[in-house]
Amino acid sequence: MTDLKSLPLDGLHRELGAKMVPFAGYEMPVQYALGVMKEHLHTREQAGLFDVSHMGQVILRGPDYRSAALALEALVPVDVAGLGLNRQRYGFFTNDAGGILDDLMLANRGDHVFVVVNAACKDADIAHLRANMPEGVAVEVIEDRALLALQGPASEAALSALNPAVAAMKFMDVATVDLCGAECWVSRSGYTGEDGYEISVPVAAAETLARALLADERVEAIGLGARDSLRLEGGLCLYGHDIDETTTPAMAGLGWAIQKVRREGGARDGGFPGAPTVLRELQEGPTERRVGLRPDGRAPMREGVELFKSETAAVAIGRVTSGGFGPSVGGPVAMGYVPAALSAPGTQLFGEVRGKRLPVQVVALPFVPANFKR
Amino acid sequence: MIKFTEEHEWLRVEGDLVVVGITEHASTQLGDVVFVELPEIGTMVSTGDEVAVIESVKAASDIAAPLDGEIVEVNEAIVDEPGKVNQDPLGEAWFFKMKIDDLSELDQFMDEDAYAELIG
Repeated sequence: MTDLKSLPLDGLHRELGAKMVPFAGYEMPVQYALGVMKEHLHTREQAGLFDVSHMGQVILRGPDYRSAALALEALVPVDVAGLGLNRQRYGFFTNDAGGILDDLMLANRGDHVFVVVNAACKDADIAHLRANMPEGVAVEVIEDRALLALQGPASEAALSALNPAVAAMKFMDVATVDLCGAECWVSRSGYTGEDGYEISVPVAAAETLARALLADERVEAIGLGARDSLRLEGGLCLYGHDIDETTTPAMAGLGWAIQKVRREGGARDGGFPGAPTVLRELQEGPTERRVGLRPDGRAPMREGVELFKSETAAVAIGRVTSGGFGPSVGGPVAMGYVPAALSAPGTQLFGEVRGKRLPVQVVALPFVPANFKR
Repeated sequence: MIKFTEEHEWLRVEGDLVVVGITEHASTQLGDVVFVELPEIGTMVSTGDEVAVIESVKAASDIAAPLDGEIVEVNEAIVDEPGKVNQDPLGEAWFFKMKIDDLSELDQFMDEDAYAELIG
């Protein structure tokens, strides 16, 4: 058995009654005393505090922002150079086949690009960056910062009690903010479909900040279990499940993240791994698409459930990549891949659960409308 | 009289029937229950057969028949309101009732003290 790493706030999680489980090489809180259902609903109604310090935080630093941004554009099909100062954007690393190596958040922090990547992929991502950044663009891995997410409609009120400056931030803004005496790098974004913030905080100040937020009666500690059901209802992809090296941006419905300037005919079109495939598919349409799936009955359709065109069809036409119970929806919800011809909302399919073909409808994502501060 | 299995089910004699449910410990471990599937009335089952399904927000689990016998009644109330399994696992949220050959078969199972020791 490999040694699990523990989070900087491990002691606090245990004190709060967290059930700890191994995830991406870390011992992580999967739930606290409230349980997944109440944690999920609390986040949608008030605010939840998530410890996501397992994620990778990386700075790309060149002579100026633009040089680092252009260097990153060789690996991602995203407009990085044109991103405004103190703005954040979603993106992904592609491979030569146009598949997705990892998805990430990137920000223009003035003189550098700040990147947050998935825990399970971070070692590979860092190696990929180190192998591909040109001379003069340094890859700095941030090891001395925790990452906390505060999500939900009461996030603004709770965080601005510590520093009112955060209230003026809009969705996908980033700022350097003093919280509890520490220099924090704050973005107004997250992974729940709710308004909220992600806060990169020096490890030495992380517990003070977490306790200050938890002291607010609107804020509860929320585990990975609810993080997963929240993002699923929000229609957001989980790397390694809904997207991976075999899924392309067009298949995954992530074409919106590829700005015009990187598409055919744009000023900096292509120039990233798999560009011909990725750009052609965006124009012609993929053969398979990621869709929302809403089972008619109560039985959850979880990852791996095979999808069929009819109750009797011999061959599966698709599969569920994420699925479970959506506490805010009040019923089962799922995402999966189906042929493009069967991807229109309203299409009736069948999912095979414990040997039974159960009806499921293709639906538009997200399941719960996003609640961002635009 | 209530008896417990190592699979965290409880069994209670009611007349000539055995009522089966899951323990408080099991319901806590499962987390919030969101789906229950029960066997058909009249099904003949053998010990260990998967007769019911219970799904929480986290995962799906099977409920095995604790004894050979016939399913004679099921609790539709927990199909309509799976959350009852968390609220009252030893009472209102029973799963099914079985008719078995010989009620003395229950002697093989743990009593309350032995079960408490098992879950320690």
